[in-house]
Amino acid sequence: MLHAAYLMALFPLAGFVVLVLAGRRLGDPWAGWVGTAAVSASFVVACLSLGSLWGEPATARHFVENYYTWIAVGHLQVHVGVLVDPLSMTMCMFVTGVSALIHLYSIGYMRRDSEFSKFFIYMNLFVFSMVVLVLSDNLLVTFVGWEGVGVCSYFLIAYWHERPTAASAGKKAFVYNRIGDAGFLIAMFLIFSKLKTLDMVTIFAHRASLGPDATTAAVLLLLLAATGKSAQIPLFNWLPDAMEGPTPVSALIHAATMVTAGVYLLCRMNPLLANSPDAMWVIAVIGGVTAFVAATIATSQQDIKKVLAFSTVSQIGYMTLAAGTGAYVAAIFLMVAHAFYKALLFLGAGSVIHGLHDEQDIKRMGGLARVLPWTYATFLVAWLAIAGIPPLSGFWAKGDVLDNAFRKSPALWALGVLTAVLTAYYMTRLFVVTFRGEARWATQRGGSHEPPHECPWVMRLPLVVLAVLAFAGGILGLPWVHRAGLGSWLGPVFGPALYDAREGAGLQVVLAVVDALAAVIGLGVAAWAWRAEVDRPTLEPQFLQRVWYWDDAYDALVGRPGQALARVASVVVESRIIDGAVNGVAEAVRASAAGVRRLQTGYVRNYALGITLGLAAVVAFVVSRVWWS
Amino acid sequence: MLAAAAIHVPAIRYLAIMPVIVLLGGAILLLAFQSLLRGPMRLRMATVATVAISLAAFGLAWWQWADVEAHGPYTTIAHAVVTDGFSVLVTVLVSAVMALSAMVAEGYLAREGIEGGELHVLALVSASGAVLMAQANDLVIVFLGLEILSIALYVLSAYNHRRAESGEAGLKYFVLGGFSTAIFVYGIALTYGATGTTNLTQLADFLSRNVLIHDGLLLAGMALLLVGFAFKVAAVPFHMWTPDVYQGAPSPITGFMAAVAKAGGFAAFLRVFVSSFGVLRADWRPIIYVLAIVTLVVGAALAVVQRDIKRMLAYSSVNHAGFVLLGLQAASAVGVSSALYYLFAYGFMVVGSSAVVTVIGRHGDRDHDIAAYRGLARRQPLLALCFAVLLLAQAGVPFTTGFLAKLQVVVASVDGRSVPLAVVAMASAALAAFFYLRVTVLMYGPGPDAAPAPVGPGDPPLAVARRTRLNAALLLELAPVAVADQPQRAALAERVPVPALAAVAVGICVLVTVVLGVFPAPLVDFAHRATLLFVP
Repeated sequence: MLHAAYLMALFPLAGFVVLVLAGRRLGDPWAGWVGTAAVSASFVVACLSLGSLWGEPATARHFVENYYTWIAVGHLQVHVGVLVDPLSMTMCMFVTGVSALIHLYSIGYMRRDSEFSKFFIYMNLFVFSMVVLVLSDNLLVTFVGWEGVGVCSYFLIAYWHERPTAASAGKKAFVYNRIGDAGFLIAMFLIFSKLKTLDMVTIFAHRASLGPDATTAAVLLLLLAATGKSAQIPLFNWLPDAMEGPTPVSALIHAATMVTAGVYLLCRMNPLLANSPDAMWVIAVIGGVTAFVAATIATSQQDIKKVLAFSTVSQIGYMTLAAGTGAYVAAIFLMVAHAFYKALLFLGAGSVIHGLHDEQDIKRMGGLARVLPWTYATFLVAWLAIAGIPPLSGFWAKGDVLDNAFRKSPALWALGVLTAVLTAYYMTRLFVVTFRGEARWATQRGGSHEPPHECPWVMRLPLVVLAVLAFAGGILGLPWVHRAGLGSWLGPVFGPALYDAREGAGLQVVLAVVDALAAVIGLGVAAWAWRAEVDRPTLEPQFLQRVWYWDDAYDALVGRPGQALARVASVVVESRIIDGAVNGVAEAVRASAAGVRRLQTGYVRNYALGITLGLAAVVAFVVSRVWWS
Repeated sequence: MLAAAAIHVPAIRYLAIMPVIVLLGGAILLLAFQSLLRGPMRLRMATVATVAISLAAFGLAWWQWADVEAHGPYTTIAHAVVTDGFSVLVTVLVSAVMALSAMVAEGYLAREGIEGGELHVLALVSASGAVLMAQANDLVIVFLGLEILSIALYVLSAYNHRRAESGEAGLKYFVLGGFSTAIFVYGIALTYGATGTTNLTQLADFLSRNVLIHDGLLLAGMALLLVGFAFKVAAVPFHMWTPDVYQGAPSPITGFMAAVAKAGGFAAFLRVFVSSFGVLRADWRPIIYVLAIVTLVVGAALAVVQRDIKRMLAYSSVNHAGFVLLGLQAASAVGVSSALYYLFAYGFMVVGSSAVVTVIGRHGDRDHDIAAYRGLARRQPLLALCFAVLLLAQAGVPFTTGFLAKLQVVVASVDGRSVPLAVVAMASAALAAFFYLRVTVLMYGPGPDAAPAPVGPGDPPLAVARRTRLNAALLLELAPVAVADQPQRAALAERVPVPALAAVAVGICVLVTVVLGVFPAPLVDFAHRATLLFVP
């Protein structure tokens, strides 16, 4: 089955082609079912491939297969091929699995959208690109997938492009990602100029000849790429705006899969990271700080999706922190667990928004527990999971990250624990304000609001499946069976590069208790603070609501000077210099041509004279050659 | 005495001259057959016969190619005729262009109500002359081919007796052609006087064995030959006949002339100068250098200010000749193959373009003002797309043969250490891109019935800036078009009928241009292996 790994990419691509050709004719809901079937087939292939890989001995779980040579110019030999190992298969499993669930959910959510089939076209193209990104054995093809998911993200954020906010959010995401992509490109150039290859296996084999400085530079450039794609400081601002897209998009692309691509890239390139301890420190610090900053902002947002968006940024910050400490297994563990509970949170939020007819402000919700029982129950599981309450998946995954951070740097660990308190706090706030208390939606808008309705089964089924996974996902990496879970499965991929802090049993228990306490404290404080009131301005300072004035700073430092420059370019450079040059050349050509054209009299005698004069000149030249020799 | 003098019949390899025999013999048979008919020959019959004859020559050329590949190039008929990769490629091109032009001409003749297939006969004769020029290994044979090519073309230019311009074009071409032929023959005479031979191989031999570096007689002969060729390929300042003749000639003949006369003329030009006068390259390369620069610049600059599409194509063909001169100026095997590639690519582009021009010309072959192309994309999107592709290919846009053609001659020129020339060529290509784009913009702009959009006073500065630039791009020449009178506008807004065979011909030209542009390997390889018999 491993030789058929390419089918994982091919099925969504086939779905994309079918929908492009016949999507409109299939219409609502059949186009959705085609898209879902394509991605589900991809998931089945992923399961079978995983089974085959599992059957191999631990040291032999590494397959590279080239399908064809895409570019062959001198040293640049780019093959389109796959690298199948436990890391890429783990990614494929949850990417295709969560995608299939979210596709199913979207059939219900996108119901009666005017361009129903277009949505699934982009979604299938996204899954194809994501699988290419994950499976590629070559940086350039990875980059193709990287750009592919980026462009799908752009299309889907701006899906409702008639809304100015959606259109500008799409542009914002695009621009921020371009900055990161430039880092990826330069990193590729750097690696190619030193090693003459972009093939990952070869790069890893010859990483020593890259030299320490170039390695650090390459890793930092890849980090820049990761901060763009995974919404980390300094390029995290686009993700909250990206919530303008349909909610299933937020769940799939901006929570579960695409935004983790940056962390995946860092994990994939782990042999390079291992050669540059300095760069790893930078990664760890960026991850820790992002986790904390985003968590503080999440405490003060009013839009249900924005809270979740900042929460995503914060959680990816944890993953980056783990990658920076070398605890790649912990990073992947959290990535998988996060995919489950964050996708569930977004889908639950989508269900709420759907039920309340596009209401996103949590201050206008409340008391939804009774009217949306399925959503309520599943959201409850996700809330406890992300808050880090044992024994749900979030507790184990976050605990793994924090244990490793403790050994690397107690300061980063402390920041992480503080973030954990904040995480429990903002999630509890969100949960309490949305589902508990009085039903504020009933009194809004003059009371004409029709009662919320629970979603159809195509939307409920993914909620239930994800709730089970979010609850039980922790068994992938329970600390006391570390050698049998995700650790032993992924361990060989990272080899000696893997930092694996195995504390003594006593310390481990202490750390686990601290994690649990942090969760309980945050949860308790929020439950108490938000039990009755929904308007508490002291707990939602402007500073946090305005995202630490981060956007304003970018606007002042980059945006406005950029606009000024553009204005100069438009008024002075464009209209005077460039147009002046163009018009000048045109005028010169016209004038000189008019002169020459006068020679074109139409009289044969003049033409013959021209030939004669030309002949005379040629003969004069050869005569001069004879003369002067 | 006469009885005693045995006539020595040279050995003949018939395969070598088979394409010429087929083209010329086919023409004679076609003419003879027509004379046997009571009325004029059915046009479709004549066309089918012509295409069949051309395809036969085409097939024979490939047979020759296999032969050359297997046994190497050879000369025959007392070394007067040569068959090498070079001649085969030109034969392939000429016979293909012949078939395409016949297809275009059919619709033209039917539309103009000209009966009989004499145009096809003359074109076949002309094509045989071009093939003979490519195969000539003797200055006398070159002359023979040149005359067979030219005399038929003089008549073809004047073929549409209902158009005064056509007759004028034929006469001008004839007078000036005669003048330049005289110069050419005088060049042969002087060369013979200096070296004692007219055979190209022997000429090269003689020059490499005897040091005649600055023999005045030889150099004068060479100069006269150069002028003769330069006239034929329309290099400035020997180009002045081109716009008048291209404009006046029947439109299908314009394309035929541009492709075939240039191919034949340059084939002989390249062979005589690179092969035979190769030793003297220090003497002729500077002349070609200057000639190429003047040709490139004048061709491009004058094309920009034309309003008549056929005159524009004429000046553009002058500009293209400048590019081929780059390959000649390099005076190397690479230069020859790049020039050949250029001729091949250009042949298909110009035949396709003139086919579109023929169609758009409407009854009377009159609508050649570029205003006729306004909004063509709305009325006939496929036709407009084809024309746009052919024009952009001529401009040298990537993924067309036109791009590779320009690239290769420029590379050859740089290899030949003529960097300034290459720079001028590229600058002229930029200038030339302008008039191809102008027609393209017109086609994809609003139709003739649309009033020009007024520039509102409230427009933001950027929009105004863009409009100013557009105005510059359309070069004011278009301003009168906007105020064309109403009935004329209405006539131009109608769809033009596209004859089926012309459509097929345009389609083939576009396909060749694009497919060989995207998958360049076969043709590039062909041109690289199509070497001259001898390059010093």
